[in-house]
This record gives sequence, structure tokens and C-alpha cells, in this order.
Amino acid sequence: MKKNMIIVATAILFVVLFIVAASVYNKQKDKEQSSASLEKTEYLQRDYSPRMGPPDARVTIVEFFDPACGTCSAFYPFVKQLMNDNPAKVNLVLRYLPLHQNSDVIVSIFEAARLQNRFWETLERAYQTREAWIEHHVSRPEKFWQQLGGLGLDMQKLNEDMQSPEIARRVRQDMQDAQQLKVSKTPGFFVNAKPLLQFGYQPLQQLVESEVAANY
Amino acid sequence: MTDSTTPDKTNTPSQQGWLLIFSCWLIAMAALFGSLFFSEVMGLKPCVLCWWQRVFIYPLAVLFLVGMLPQKHKEHHSVVRYTLPLAVIGLGFAVYHYLVYSGFIPESLQPCSEDLSCAEINLELMGFVTIPMLSIFAYSAIIVLLLIYRKRAHQ
Repeated sequence: MKKNMIIVATAILFVVLFIVAASVYNKQKDKEQSSASLEKTEYLQRDYSPRMGPPDARVTIVEFFDPACGTCSAFYPFVKQLMNDNPAKVNLVLRYLPLHQNSDVIVSIFEAARLQNRFWETLERAYQTREAWIEHHVSRPEKFWQQLGGLGLDMQKLNEDMQSPEIARRVRQDMQDAQQLKVSKTPGFFVNAKPLLQFGYQPLQQLVESEVAANY
Repeated sequence: MTDSTTPDKTNTPSQQGWLLIFSCWLIAMAALFGSLFFSEVMGLKPCVLCWWQRVFIYPLAVLFLVGMLPQKHKEHHSVVRYTLPLAVIGLGFAVYHYLVYSGFIPESLQPCSEDLSCAEINLELMGFVTIPMLSIFAYSAIIVLLLIYRKRAHQ
């Protein structure tokens, strides 16, 4: 019947239109993001940004992260694995993008721990104990505080240091840089200033490997 | 020249009625795919009020489709019965959202979660068309078309 044909054709048209519009929109976004990070390399890392791995490595992964982000936590061992798989060739720079409520306080604990040379240990502890200090997507710094035992931290000094205005300034700066680079989700990865456009373990691995191949 | 004893097929009441429901379905489908485009492709998170409007428009895309299918009893106008209430309630949420958006209803009264404000304007097409405005347009147009359909059915 003719009417039924019209209905079916319209439904198909809607689906096709949606898929076409989505792919056009995504391509445009990818282009914008690529040009943002390639033109604005100064936003990618700051002098104060925590760094892991050989300083003279020619491949640098920049990761914008939120300590309360489950996917960041899941990616952390994988990123370390990528560095181990390419010894002395890849290093990691972390940037803060505390999108969850109170995550900025967790970040200031990291920064204070950094003054005691316990940054990575504290970060790993935070990832390991996520369930203990995140409630309904809100970070509970006082609960994270209870998880910090055994790391050799001077807790009193930690408490004083984390109030520092310099730490708050760094977090603000990182969040501004994320905005400039159009990073709105965590984890946000860049490898040698190239954004990870299609998110996932494999695309990240491919991007790192292609940069290693191009630079060594 | 059309024969006056056999009316033009496109002008029969049932044909016009079908077109009215078809138009309603088009609007509901546009709202369905449009809202999914905003949230799933553009990444604009729907706030609580957006969700309530979605609750009442999504079933309409299905109900109008069912209403257009051939039926045994030709004078069967029950599609209005089941779709009009949904459209009216949805319009209520859309108007409320528009008032929150434009500031007539203070922020403290709005039922939004802390992280997503319903008053925050995150999209303006052509500089002035906002999402609640599109929603009001969609619901109002559906209601008007359904009322016309019902009036004709009663005649």
C-alpha cells in the first residue's frame, strides 16, 4: 500500500539523516580538536605538570584526568604498560581536569604529596581505593584521607601544603588549558600533540606506536 | 477534469485525517532524532526537565505510527484519545522549562540535580532558538493538529 511505503521511506530517511548528520558533525569536531592541539601546543604541558618516564623520550602522552573518573583509573595500568612496552621512548605528563564534585580537593592532596615525593604512590592509592572515597559520583576527601596510611606521608605537613594558593592556581590553569584544547571528558589523551580522536585502548596503542615509529 | 461524483482521492476526509496524523508523526520523529542528536552526538547532557519532556514525546513517535496503520473500522479515531494527553502534559513541562530558562521561575524552585542546571542555556540555533522553544513548538503543533483531527472526526 502506498501509505505504508511513505511511512517506511520516512522512517528510513530519518535514520539515514541522523547517521549522516552525526558523521558530518563528528568529522568537524575532530578537525577542530586536532587543529586546537597542534596550534596551541603551549597549552599541552606546563612546567609544573607531573611527569613520569625518561625526560628525553621523544614520544609524550599528555593525559587530562580526574581522580574520581573510573575510566581514568582503568586506563592507568594500560598507559604504564604502553611505556614499558616502549622502554625509554615514551613518557607521560598528567594534567588535572577534576570534573567531579570535590575532585579538586583530591588533586590538591596529590600536589601536596608531591612535595613529599609521594605523588605517584598517592595517585595509585587513590585509584586502588576509589570505592572507599567516591559516593554517588562525588569525591569525599575526608574518606580519601583515611586511605593514605602506609605511604610515609607527613600528614600534618600534607594538610598545610594542600591549602596552598599555588596548587589552586595550577588546577585552574589546567582546567583552562583543557578548555582551550577542547577536552571536556576524562581521560583526555594527546600523543605528541595529536588528540586521541576515537576513544579506546586500541586507538591509543596505535597512536603511541605510530608516534614511536615516526620518531625512532 | 475530475468527475464531481467521485471526489479527488487526496481530498477525502480519511485522507486528510491520515495526513494530519502523519504530520504529527513527523514532528514526533524529528523531536526523537533531534533530541538524540543533541545528547548522543553533540554531548549536551539532558537535564531533569529535558528528561520529562522526552518521556512524553518518545511514545508519541510509536503511537502515531500505530495510529496510521490500516484499521478494520474506518471511523476509528482513538489515536487522539491516547496521544493528546501525552502531548498536553509534555507541553506543560516544556512551558515550565522555558520559564526556568528565561528566568521567570527562580533557580531555587527548579528540580534539577546539582551538577546539571536546567537554567543553563547550552544551545542557541540561529542566535535565539533554544531547546525548550523547539519542544514547545513540537508539542503545540501536535496538539493543534490533533484538535483539528478530532473536530473533523466529530463532523
